[in-house]
Amino acid sequence: MEEELELYRKTIHELHGLFKKREITSREITGSVFERINEVDTRVRAYLCLTGEKAFAQADRADQIIRDSRSDVSPITGIPIAIKDLICTKGVRTTCASHILHNFTSPYNATVIDRLESAGYVHPGMTNMDEFAMGSSTENSSYQVTRNPWDTDRVPGGSSGGSTAAVAADECIAALGSDTGGSIRQPAALCGVVGLKPTYGRVSRYGLIAFASSLDQIGPITKDVTDCAILLKAISGHDPKDSTSVGLPVPDYTKVLGREIKGLRLGIPREYFISGIDPSVEGCVKEAVRVLEGLGAKTVEISLPHTEYAIATYYIIATAEASSNLARYDGIKYGYRTKDADDLIGMYMKTRDEGFGPEVKRRIMLGTYVLSAGYYDAYYKKAQQVRTLIKGDFERAFQEVDAILTPTSPTPAFRVGEKTADPLQMYLSDIFTISVNLAGIPGISIPCGFTGDGLPVGLQILGRHFDEERILQVAYAYEQTTEWRKRRPEIEVRN
Amino acid sequence: MKITRKEVEHVAKLARLALREEEVERLTRQLSDILTYVEKLNELDTRDVEPTSHVLPVRNVLREDEVCGSIDRGKALVNAPDRTEEFFRVPRVIE
Repeated sequence: MEEELELYRKTIHELHGLFKKREITSREITGSVFERINEVDTRVRAYLCLTGEKAFAQADRADQIIRDSRSDVSPITGIPIAIKDLICTKGVRTTCASHILHNFTSPYNATVIDRLESAGYVHPGMTNMDEFAMGSSTENSSYQVTRNPWDTDRVPGGSSGGSTAAVAADECIAALGSDTGGSIRQPAALCGVVGLKPTYGRVSRYGLIAFASSLDQIGPITKDVTDCAILLKAISGHDPKDSTSVGLPVPDYTKVLGREIKGLRLGIPREYFISGIDPSVEGCVKEAVRVLEGLGAKTVEISLPHTEYAIATYYIIATAEASSNLARYDGIKYGYRTKDADDLIGMYMKTRDEGFGPEVKRRIMLGTYVLSAGYYDAYYKKAQQVRTLIKGDFERAFQEVDAILTPTSPTPAFRVGEKTADPLQMYLSDIFTISVNLAGIPGISIPCGFTGDGLPVGLQILGRHFDEERILQVAYAYEQTTEWRKRRPEIEVRN
Repeated sequence: MKITRKEVEHVAKLARLALREEEVERLTRQLSDILTYVEKLNELDTRDVEPTSHVLPVRNVLREDEVCGSIDRGKALVNAPDRTEEFFRVPRVIE
């Protein structure tokens, strides 16, 4: 069967099974993934940089480990995993899709990369994103526009749109993204793949180029829930280099998969079914709720009353933190420097004006303004207080329910260029994902159907702090009852 | 809230951004829209609410003060846009 030959279509756990039976090698998989990239990436444009030489060297090392049946064979040994272009990878250009880091080659590995390396992964390349992870469509990249594999006239979502498009188009087996306000879950929904934002503190942020430090988390983007559980375990755990990472033990997340969900209480927040939500998105999510009820879960209507304040809160806190984090780009230690400056201050100012794109400048300006003398209490402190209320909403809800179900995004993938003129409209596409980062809880998006136009829709499942097991359990139960994961996009390649 | 052109120019200076004329104009309009939107938060009475800056109850995290390696000078300089011998080179700061 031809399908059997297409290694790039397979999941982590399927490939691991084939490795164990010695039926394939990592070199073959890596070759298959690069063939697929050559075939479709001229249209999808998911990758900013390919690292073929590194990948094949890693693949050969993995094959050696597997051949010797060494004890360090892990579930991701020999698996090509694409990396969002803001996770520092030693010797690889890591640009945040920003002109200001256009020539930055990282001299060190992020902790997640160290973990993947010791688990024997293969690094096919760095994926496109909104510049500094600021955006919801990947259109803010300084380099290229990534296309949604399901309809290449549409955006993949963002900011991890390169990673989710690469997974959806089978240009890698899995990927890492980062999520500050929905940047893993929203593009996962729009591309029809699985994406998980871990609890704040679950995964080390060391080597993740910072956007908003109290909200950022790295997480897995995969073709199914089993792979999500595998990759989450591989990257989780305490790291002495990140004092906000937490020392709780990392469970084997695959152990909960298949456990029945009968009797679980699932909350449906009434504030998430608002006017303005696309009717086909609402239809798919309500049908998903019925499927879970059919499996014996008990659904309860709940209220998260401060939901409507989340976007305003987020755009104060995230931009304030960003304005401070991005102060380091001064044209001295690394990155772009203007060619045209007479003095030091002038050099800083021109470097930053020429190096940053419009959305990044807008957010630096907003963040600087809300932190400036006389405005701090009115904006920043106020937003931090509302953050407490939003967090409290979830704490109260989780006294009643085990997990919460919502749509991931109010609409399916929109057209390239449709929302670029109005920043507020673009911000509103994160309306269902942003509260989760403010509260620090984990959330997963899984495919739950398609619109009439064949665009994927995502179901978001939220859990208590450090209860990734529960959301994976519910996600897996749903996934195994439905067939959505078996549908793959037909990519129309035109140049 | 409406932000004035003058305020935008002041904030740009604080943020070390040499904005061009059309950027100042666009940002004055866009920041005013966004600030008007975030005023929504004033609907909420937060007088007795503690601010949240960090979601987990993590306090000072201490470790042993051990000597360990860091990135060596040569590697740290590789990405510099301008350097001389073992230094970063910058425009003249002292006349």
